[in-house]
Amino acid sequence: MPNSIATNGVVAERLDQQTLADNFTDLHPPLDDHEALVAADRCYFCHDAPCITACPTDIDIPLFIRQIATGTPDASAKTIFSQNIMGGMCARVCPTETLCEEVCVRETAEGKPVEIGRLQRYATDTLMGKGIHPFVRAKSTGKKVAVVGAGPAGLSCAHRLAMLGNDVVIFDARAKAGGLNEFGIASYKSVDGFAQNELNWLLSIGGIELKTGQSLGSDITLDGLSNNYDAVFLGMGLAGVNALRADGEDKDNVLDAVSFIADLRQASDLSKLSIGRRIVVIGGGMTAVDAAVQAKLLGAEEVTIAYRRGKDRMSASVYEQDLATSKGVRILYNVQPERILGNGAAVGVEFAYMQTKDGKLISTGETFELRADQVFKAIGQTLNGAPDALEIEHGKIAVDEFGRTSQSGVWAGGDCANGGEDLTVTAVAEGRDAAMDIHASLTA
Amino acid sequence: MANLASEFIGIKSPNPFWLASAPPTDKEYNVRRAFEAGWGGVVWKTLGEEGPPVVNVNGPRYGAIFGADRRLLGLNNIELITDRPLEVNLREIKAVKKDYPDRAIIVSLMVPCEEEAWKKILPLVEETGADGVELNFGCPHGMSERGMGAAVGQVPEYIEMVTRWVKQYSKLPCIVKLTPNITDVRKPAEAAMRGGADAVSLINTINSITSVDLDLFAPEPTIDGKGAHGGYCGPAVKPIALNMVAEIARSPETAHLPISGIGGVTTWKDAAEFMALGAGNVQVCTAAMTYGFKVVQEMISGLSDWMDQKGIESTADIVRRAVPNTTDWKDLNLNYIAKAKIDQDLCISCGRCYAACEDTSHQAIDMSDERVFSVNDDECVACNLCVNVCPIQDCITMEQMPIGATDPRTGEKVSDKHGDWTTHPNNPMATAAE
Repeated sequence: MPNSIATNGVVAERLDQQTLADNFTDLHPPLDDHEALVAADRCYFCHDAPCITACPTDIDIPLFIRQIATGTPDASAKTIFSQNIMGGMCARVCPTETLCEEVCVRETAEGKPVEIGRLQRYATDTLMGKGIHPFVRAKSTGKKVAVVGAGPAGLSCAHRLAMLGNDVVIFDARAKAGGLNEFGIASYKSVDGFAQNELNWLLSIGGIELKTGQSLGSDITLDGLSNNYDAVFLGMGLAGVNALRADGEDKDNVLDAVSFIADLRQASDLSKLSIGRRIVVIGGGMTAVDAAVQAKLLGAEEVTIAYRRGKDRMSASVYEQDLATSKGVRILYNVQPERILGNGAAVGVEFAYMQTKDGKLISTGETFELRADQVFKAIGQTLNGAPDALEIEHGKIAVDEFGRTSQSGVWAGGDCANGGEDLTVTAVAEGRDAAMDIHASLTA
Repeated sequence: MANLASEFIGIKSPNPFWLASAPPTDKEYNVRRAFEAGWGGVVWKTLGEEGPPVVNVNGPRYGAIFGADRRLLGLNNIELITDRPLEVNLREIKAVKKDYPDRAIIVSLMVPCEEEAWKKILPLVEETGADGVELNFGCPHGMSERGMGAAVGQVPEYIEMVTRWVKQYSKLPCIVKLTPNITDVRKPAEAAMRGGADAVSLINTINSITSVDLDLFAPEPTIDGKGAHGGYCGPAVKPIALNMVAEIARSPETAHLPISGIGGVTTWKDAAEFMALGAGNVQVCTAAMTYGFKVVQEMISGLSDWMDQKGIESTADIVRRAVPNTTDWKDLNLNYIAKAKIDQDLCISCGRCYAACEDTSHQAIDMSDERVFSVNDDECVACNLCVNVCPIQDCITMEQMPIGATDPRTGEKVSDKHGDWTTHPNNPMATAAE
């Protein structure tokens, strides 16, 4: 181990292999059988349960927990997968603390919700671990649908369409399918190649052809797909990254947090990844937290998340913020980068303190500097390369409640569409619901 | 601190908590540990006649049912009476009694239904210095197949006959332990009284199969692929035991017969309930088998604190306090009107009351779009199901309607007069009021 956390600059091998392995292990270890039974026993089997309402995919949570409690985790997994085919990934990455678990009546009663996320993982891991795919395809409809994007929205849409008897071809711009599940989620939330395992398990229903390296606008076009397929679903996510609009943004070592996360996820040897001694992450969402925590786990000495508004406005949940601080990340609120310091490469960031006056975010006039070997931008992604024919709303593809775009025969869902929140689980729900509408329109 | 000293049919103990005749009282080692932990007395595990002792199965003896988090609610056993030689037990009883003269030691007995057998064993027990005997007429498995235990307890004439022999051949106080595996528990209690019993103890265990192994298709506990019914005990049987105790306590024929209450006593509160329904003391087994002998310390402190709060100075003053209020259904006041009330500050909006009432009762709970649950007095019959399914204590309560108010369900004013079925106009057998 040639380097340490105190080595200046951007270097690899700050930590030994064992420490890295420990750092990047499962954030929440899976429940064993006993733990699952104890956790399941706490569910009250509520009427019209608030957790179901809070789940974007409407999983029947009290039922799946009761199925765990009664010793039938396979049945439990089927309950989950019938609503959410990516229930395995969602069990790992859902911000349950702001969804199902936030509204759990035991949160109200005791400040300690039923561990819904971990129970969902227990059930889905059990069935998937047996290599069982619980669904079979319906009789062929003879229809063929093109899906753009092999992320949560596209895969969910493709699976549902295939299950209903349609043939599907998925096109993805990258060389590897999975979308954000594969490239955009912190490593410790999806260990042991889970994203690819889940992908293969999902595709095992049959009827889905995967074509990678196919970028919309260059390799394929919406017109081409519309001509050759009975319907098109767009779920290509947000490929662009928002600009800082701070001086010096073009300096070396000012990087996109999503690229950092993707590189980290794809790395076969974490010790070979270079990381700065001092890191500044700019932003307030889950991407900022994922990047900051992983920078720390790679061996950065000082990691700071800088967010321009207050703690209450941060889109990363309090749970995520606590996770970051527990790993040694510092979070600064109400600070905005004014300029990146350094000649050629970044050496620091000058921030201004911010305040909200009359609903407007303005500088207090006071500034300070933070040293930084690397600056990660995590201030949101933008839609790149949307087909010109489609109506755009708030920077995303406009869709109605069924996922229909402004063009007949074209549906969209997930982060690229102007639907719900940019969450994996929301993308899965939108893909599924669009599939139902596509199928209904094709078989009407 | 209240004085828990107890005297039951002349037998003194420092508290009313005895260990029942069962595995915890099978040996000197256990009983000494029990006394050190604070138990007021023990009923030594049932002795049989001299000779080769009984043998037990060598597979599982117990089966159980569980509540949430594997809390043991009911235990079933197929263990027989002591499988140790008679002389060993007698020697140990004598040794323990000598060292713990202030504790009660009762010896449980089960020998064949022959006068000679009883005549032979009683002097041996007297010689140990034990305080009394308990006749095991209740054990429902194994021994009953050999004409003992419950096989005797199910025939009142046998109970009377054997009890008479015991009183004839021994001066020791005699408790007759009753089986619940009968139709009317008052009949065996009366038979014991006729035979001269000083007291009855109840209930012994209930015939039961706790579960079935769905791979072997055999009852559990399973011995080499087969299962036999066992005797059921623990918290799950308490309601059955309380009723049987009350039946004897409120029957004019047996009202003065002392009762040692047994059946699922797990906390001080259970003990107080048994005593309020007529038990002079209680016997405990499953709670000790689940948690160890130390549980008696909670029973002692709990009963004592409660007595202090109530201003009750002696355990004898608890006995039968609830008996006058234990009546037949026909005597319940039909003019008493209550309505469920939900405390919105305590409610966690689980909706279990709604599901229960809407699906299985009277559609008397409304649910708003914001998941606020409220009682519709127009439909509420005060059945109490919502209270029972609510996970939060005291969140839903039954509130008595004031006299003179109008019950919105019936449109009738709440009467200040007692009105029961015996005088109700719908009762063809009603006797005219006044």
